[in-house]
This record gives sequence, structure tokens and C-alpha cells, in this order.
Amino acid sequence: MADLIYPKLIGARLRSQLSYRASFAMDFVTQVLAQGYELIVILILFTQINALGGFTKNEVLLMYAFAGAAFGVADLFAGQLDNLPTYIRTGSFDVLLMRPLGTLPQIMCSDIRLRRIGRITGALAVMFYALAQVPIDWSPAKVVLTIVTPMAGAVIYSAVWVVACSVCFWIVEGREFANAVTYGSNAFTSYPINVYSRPLRWLMAFIVPGAFVAYYPSLALLGKQDPLGLPGWVGWTSPLVAALAATVAGFVWRFAIRHYRGTGS
Amino acid sequence: MLAGMTTNVVFGLLRVAILVAALKAANGEIADYTVAAANTYVWIGQGLLGFILLWGTNELAERVRSGDVVVDLYRPWNLQGALLAEDVGRGGYAFLTRLAPPMVFGMLLFPFQFPATAVQWPLFLVSALIALVISFGFRFLIDISSFWLIDNRGLYGFWNVSSGLLCGLTVPISFFPEWAREVLWLTPFPAVLQAPIDVFLGHGDPVKLLLLQAFWAVVILAIGHLTLQRAVRKVVVQGG
Repeated sequence: MADLIYPKLIGARLRSQLSYRASFAMDFVTQVLAQGYELIVILILFTQINALGGFTKNEVLLMYAFAGAAFGVADLFAGQLDNLPTYIRTGSFDVLLMRPLGTLPQIMCSDIRLRRIGRITGALAVMFYALAQVPIDWSPAKVVLTIVTPMAGAVIYSAVWVVACSVCFWIVEGREFANAVTYGSNAFTSYPINVYSRPLRWLMAFIVPGAFVAYYPSLALLGKQDPLGLPGWVGWTSPLVAALAATVAGFVWRFAIRHYRGTGS
Repeated sequence: MLAGMTTNVVFGLLRVAILVAALKAANGEIADYTVAAANTYVWIGQGLLGFILLWGTNELAERVRSGDVVVDLYRPWNLQGALLAEDVGRGGYAFLTRLAPPMVFGMLLFPFQFPATAVQWPLFLVSALIALVISFGFRFLIDISSFWLIDNRGLYGFWNVSSGLLCGLTVPISFFPEWAREVLWLTPFPAVLQAPIDVFLGHGDPVKLLLLQAFWAVVILAIGHLTLQRAVRKVVVQGG
């Protein structure tokens, strides 16, 4: 039964968004622009320099595109968690608990924002461009890596989103904290991580596993040495990191739900 | 508030890292920016963001949509003036809670380029205040666009994603290619963020920058005033 409910729920959300076509088109364009402005920033910087942290323009663009595509997908499914503080404050979270479905999937299906596809489209376009421009010694394994990377990245970002938003169960106005990690993580991973200072890198690349979204997979694709000294096989571990992150996120969410107390009526 | 500050600082750190890495790759200087100037640029930018309130709340637009705006309109006041006064008051509070903390943070922990002359401090304050007025003007126009659009969220979102780049928040405008720089300075956008930062850093003639800002402040408030007058003619009160 439950397996039929989710496709129905998602289908209903999608139809409702497509019924306001002008509004949808404008949102879509705004999302493409948002992704485009980040691209412009990189292009402007590269009118002044030839390499950033030892990486050329197209190599940075590849990282940016991986990060953008992964973030776009994660935002599509997990971005709704930004509404969690409202659910908790108004008490509508209790309703989710009463239904015979998982709370996390319910929130994820509550508002699939189709316009996010604008962001993903923009990022994919840059990804194809960058892949064609950078020197890659193609092999079947690298083709798989290219396809898996944005997906693993999306799982990593979604896990980050879940963990960060779980804070809201304790701090009701915790959304901005969460944004520092979620949106901050997207900004962080769009650039080679060796440009950041050590404490920031530890926090955003390894504790929040942002380095595995774009940086290490890109190094593996390009066949480049890591300036930070980690061995080459690290670039192939993103799916494992993603699985680990998802598991941790699952546990954190469960822990948070157990400690949830309704606000009363 | 603490949460907001954390987010602000995290983004500041990210922006500083990328600009400094770019400066290193360019042998320490791009256009008129050194490492210290870039740090200063980022931390003032992060502070001004909350002070001038670059991204507003779209509250007035919601009132237009719901019809509550009628209450605002029949009060014996100039709506734009009243809201501007309210926003300046908000700015006074934001000065302490939003503008000062990131600037002090930057001053204490990063190489910081202090103004060369004492007079730049008061000039910066004046410039920041005018920037707030222009920022208000933009937000007001976006808000009252809902008299025509009903749902102005598209325009609102468009401003939210575009303003950072156009106003010089994400990258200093002097990093742009020459043609883009010239075009941008013909628009009111740099007057919102880049101008006060330039006044603080001593980039360009501060008096010229202030005059430019004052010009745009007058223009945008005038446009707001005229637009509101036209909008009010459209309002139909359905009784109640």
C-alpha cells in the first residue's frame, strides 16, 4: 500500500506546480540564473588569474558543475526540510507523526519544487562543457565515476540537510544554522578545497563531507595529485561516503524524533 | 540572532578564502585590491548586507495580495515615507547587531585595511546610510509591483539572486571586465554596496561616490513615489 502512496503524492505535487505555468516558468528561469551567477563569478575571477589553487578554469568549472548538479538534486528532495521549523512551531509536525508513513519521506514529498530542475539543467550544461574541455584519460571506470559522482553528491548533501535540520528539534529558530551548513556547503564545494584555511577545510570538507562531492572525484577523473596529500583512490570513495553519511543522517533523525515533544494545541 | 551571525561569518570565511586564493594566484594584487583590502571588502560587505537589508521580507507585497494594504493607505501619512522611517530605525538596530559584528570580527582576526584618513569614517557612515535608503527604494518598488503582478514572487526571487552580483557583494566590481564595469556604474546597483565599501577603502573620490549615491537615492524614491500614486488609483476597496 505504502509503496503506491508516494508516487501518487509526488504526482499530485508536480501537477499542482505545473498548473501555474507563468509562475513556474519565472521560478525556473530564476533558478537557472542563480546557478549562472555562480558561474559568472568564476569566469570573472579567471579574467584576472590563470589558475586557482593550482587548477585551471575548466577544472574549477568541472568541480562547480558537479557540486551544482548534486546540490540541485538534493535541494529538489531535501530542500523541503527548510520548512521543518515551521512544522515544529505550529504543531503540524504532530500530524506527520500520526500518519502511518515515515516522517522523513513525508516531509521530502511535501513540496517537491520542480523549479529546482532549472538549477540542475544549468549545472549539467556546464558539466558537459567542462568534461569536453579538460584533458581526461577516459576509461569505462571513469565514465561510471562521472555518472555516479553527482548522484553520490546529492546523497551526501541530502544527508547533510537532514542532520543540519535536525538541530531545529532543539533550537526552533535553528534554520539559519542549518543554512550555514547546507547552502554554505554548496558554496564551499564549488571550488578546489585547497584554497580554504585548515580549520574551515576540516569542518566543511571532512566533518561535513563536502570534499567528496566534487573535489576528490574531479581529481580522480583528471588523474591529478591531491595538493593536500591524500592518495588517488580517495576520489573513488564518494559512494561509500554517501552511504555512510546517509546512515548517520538516518540515526540522527531517529534520535531527534524520539526527543521531539509537541508544542501542544 | 546568533544563528544569523554564524551563517554570516561562515559565508564571509568562504568568500575571503576564494578571493585571497585568487589574489595569491595574481601575485597579491588584482585591480585596486590587496589581500588586506579584499578581507576588508568581504567583512564590510557581510556587515552591510544586514544593515541595508539587501534581501527584504516581501511583507508589503503580501499585504497588497491579501488586501490589508488598504489599512496602510487610508492612514494620514505618506506610505513610502513612513516605511522609510521605519527602515532607517531598523537600520539603527542593525548597525549594532548586523554591521558592527562582522566588521569587528574581520578587524580582529584578519589583515584589515583601515581608512587612511579619519574623515573616511564619517563619510563611510553617511555612505552606508544612503545605501540603506537606495536599498529600501529597490525593496519598495519590488513590493508595490504586486499591485500589478498580484504574485510578485518571481520578481522578488529575481532580485534576490541577481542583486549580490550586480551590487558588488560577491566579487568587487573592479574585477569585472572593463565594459561590464562601465555598464554597471551607469546603473544604481553599485551605489547599494560597492560605493560604501569604496568610500571605506579609499577607492575613488569619496565625494563623487556620495553624490552619485545621493542622486540614485533621489531617483529611486521619486520613482517609488510616482509608482505608488499610480498604484493607489487602481485600488478598489470591496467594502468590509
